[in-house]
Amino acid sequence: MSLARTLATARRVLAQLRQDPRTIALLLLVPVLLLVLLRYVFDADPDSFDFIGSSLLGIFPMITMFLVTSIATLRERTSGTLERLLVMPLGKGDLIVGYALAFSLFAVLQAALATGIALWLLDLDVAGSPWLLLLVALLNALLGTALGLFVSAFASSEFQAVQFLPALIFPQLLLCGLFAPRETMQPVLEYASNVLPMSYSVDGMNEVLRETEVTGDYVRDAVVVSGVAVAVLALGAATLRRRTN
Amino acid sequence: MINKIADGGSPGDQPAVRARGLRVTRGRREVLRGLDFTVPVGSVTGLLGPSGCGKTTLMRAIVGAQSRVTGTLEVLGEPAGSAALRPRLGYVTQAPSVYADLTVRGNLDYFAAVLGLPRAERAPEVERVLDEVDLTSHATALTRDLSGGQRSRVSLAAALLGTPELLVLDEPTVGLDPVLRNALWQLFHRLAEERGTTLLISSHVMDEADRCERLVLMREGRVLADGTPEALRRRSGADSVEGAFLALVAADSDNERGSAAGPADPDDAREPRR
Repeated sequence: MSLARTLATARRVLAQLRQDPRTIALLLLVPVLLLVLLRYVFDADPDSFDFIGSSLLGIFPMITMFLVTSIATLRERTSGTLERLLVMPLGKGDLIVGYALAFSLFAVLQAALATGIALWLLDLDVAGSPWLLLLVALLNALLGTALGLFVSAFASSEFQAVQFLPALIFPQLLLCGLFAPRETMQPVLEYASNVLPMSYSVDGMNEVLRETEVTGDYVRDAVVVSGVAVAVLALGAATLRRRTN
Repeated sequence: MINKIADGGSPGDQPAVRARGLRVTRGRREVLRGLDFTVPVGSVTGLLGPSGCGKTTLMRAIVGAQSRVTGTLEVLGEPAGSAALRPRLGYVTQAPSVYADLTVRGNLDYFAAVLGLPRAERAPEVERVLDEVDLTSHATALTRDLSGGQRSRVSLAAALLGTPELLVLDEPTVGLDPVLRNALWQLFHRLAEERGTTLLISSHVMDEADRCERLVLMREGRVLADGTPEALRRRSGADSVEGAFLALVAADSDNERGSAAGPADPDDAREPRR
């Protein structure tokens, strides 16, 4: 791995994104607009808005970064640029960390905007520090990037890549405790929810919602989400083959 | 079977590429079926043959992008695909492999960084290769706004960065107008003469053969012949490389038919009966 090549890759990914202002606008504004929508859906029930809104602050970055990364890396694979890079002196880690850096930077912007507006304009009420919400959002973005990178190896077209979203993200969404408390689910599903990373991100957000201090559970949740992200990034690196058929 | 016409370089000279018994399988099909050839250092060598004969697979094997390669394949004295070779090679794929949503200069800046060129050297190096492919006036254009021929020159420029010792170019002149094609061939020869770069250039257009110092003629995953264009013409009695190629193909088909009473090889069975 080399720092110069990793940073050059991150800069390149950001430069590509800059050429696409509509995508940038969608990435930044859609989460905010959905939160506004949610705020008025729960107009008479601010407690529910606090619970679902704070959870979504972690889920949005995961979904958007998953989509952006899976399409971007699929493009690298199909356009031949990945083959060119892998016959050049570029480490696989340089490429993957470069991507993760660029998209994380973007996720920070997205999460900061959504969190800021939720807290100060939509009266989302959390006991803990907004920085803790931001940290979980960032870790989720990293996880989304990792998952997107990984699944792009199994998609041979953009149609397939997009279909991985309902396949990989929706089950987590259903089991993460947003729709029903996890301990009330059928036991098999409860076990399943215990191994899915989104459950921990929602738990982490709920810790911030309820507690004023950093709790042990929050630390555990953050460690689980980042651990899964790093593991999936490593799996993603394994799908980058210098020699292909 | 392989018709050896002339050997490359004097003994003791390290060839840029040396293949012995090179085989590649893709799926259940053997795409390269035992190749022997050398590419001398500092030569402009043409890799000619019909579409689908294995040219691209061979080039991918040389740059280390092809899996399931067996036999001997040495590149610049090292086994093909070794990490030490990566900064010494330039590879241009058939379809331009550049980022459509970056500017021309943005693409080259990034590839220069990937090569590991120190920051201070990158800008002058990028300007040099832009000039070599005659794209200086388009440096700030987005690559997606360029014509097909211009995009393939961006791809070529990226391979010229860092002055590689071996350039592997997969059909670099396809779809270009005659003036530009001529200019590129002049550039290829200048690179070989001035910097001692070895160039391996594939084409399915036989009229480009005479621009090469040496030729490797391929058909159906085998090398039919390799040598200088003059030697190939002399040997077959044809007055063009295309004629020589057709004569070699006819002789090759006769050999295959004569060597077995029936279609022993499934490939034979697919050939039209005349």
